[in-house]
Amino acid sequence: MATYQLNVNGQSRQVNVDPSTPLLWVLREELKMTGTKYGCGISACGACTVHVDGIATRSCVVPVSLVGDRPIVTIEGIGTDAVGRVVQEAWIERDVVQCGYCQSGQIMSAVALLKATPKPTDMNIEESMGGNLCRCATYVRIREAIKSAAEQI
Amino acid sequence: MWANHRLLLPVFLLMLVVFVSCIALSTRASIETADKGSAADPKLADGLAAWEQVYSVLTSPRCINCHTATTYPQQGDDRHRHFANVIRGPAGKGVPGLNCVSCHQSENADSTGVPGGSNWHLAPLSMRWQDTNDRPLSSGAVCRALVDRSRNNGLNASGLLKHHEEEPLVLWAWNPGRRPDGTMRTLPPLTHAEFVAATRTWVDAGTPCPRAR
Repeated sequence: MATYQLNVNGQSRQVNVDPSTPLLWVLREELKMTGTKYGCGISACGACTVHVDGIATRSCVVPVSLVGDRPIVTIEGIGTDAVGRVVQEAWIERDVVQCGYCQSGQIMSAVALLKATPKPTDMNIEESMGGNLCRCATYVRIREAIKSAAEQI
Repeated sequence: MWANHRLLLPVFLLMLVVFVSCIALSTRASIETADKGSAADPKLADGLAAWEQVYSVLTSPRCINCHTATTYPQQGDDRHRHFANVIRGPAGKGVPGLNCVSCHQSENADSTGVPGGSNWHLAPLSMRWQDTNDRPLSSGAVCRALVDRSRNNGLNASGLLKHHEEEPLVLWAWNPGRRPDGTMRTLPPLTHAEFVAATRTWVDAGTPCPRAR
């Protein structure tokens, strides 16, 4: 076990965990922030996506020992970000969500895309969101919501 | 008289073709023999032998999986396409939302089986060592790409040696970590020390490249 001081959504949080523990389980089990979901556990589906130092990161495969002092933003905190808020509003406006399990990861990836590419093309969206799977197949509404958000940014 | 003139034209054209062919073959031969001397030169022979050792490492999965000619990296000893729809992106680092560093951290994550190293990224397309069907390029083709400063980020011979000695992602090949199932990833066919020694021999011989195949 080791003690880590994490910067999560602008707050300093201390955890005492095994160094090999994936960040996902630190967020969910230690910090009780369950908005970030466990999907595949091998970074294949994107449900666990959070931002680490602004980079969309698959938290299920990143041991907490490798996070360091880089700031972490989760779905619980993304709404305080200007782009994050616009994306969440677009998600509601377009009624994107069906079962919703993958959607926190979808939103985190969409925010990362729009921060880097404010006016994404269809190809940009397909490439950047290609690692986020949705078993309800809400892909068309996800694309619409990203384009809608882009118009607001 | 007129009949003789009609015969002279084809003869002249034939001689011209032979002459041009000789010039072309001679030029090609000098390039392919690495323009450093004859194949009987022991230093050149040692250099070419050392190059083949270097080539065996460069085309091992730990190296060539990120020297692709395609829009995606490869993974595994069978060099299959990287999973999760990962793509090259404009700078070889993926795309926003799906960057290489979305998963690959600064060091190996053995508990989750994800390899890592400093500045994880794909080699540029100018340094592709395979064709678009994922087949490794010939030894000569890889060699010529490696020594071409317009393609190799401007590295001269000593720069190439330094790259093989010190570049973190090159060094990673000998510390590739564990697969998700906990087994160790396969290492290149030479040790790093042997790889550097072979590179040095090749550099000392003037970076000769084998004839095209």
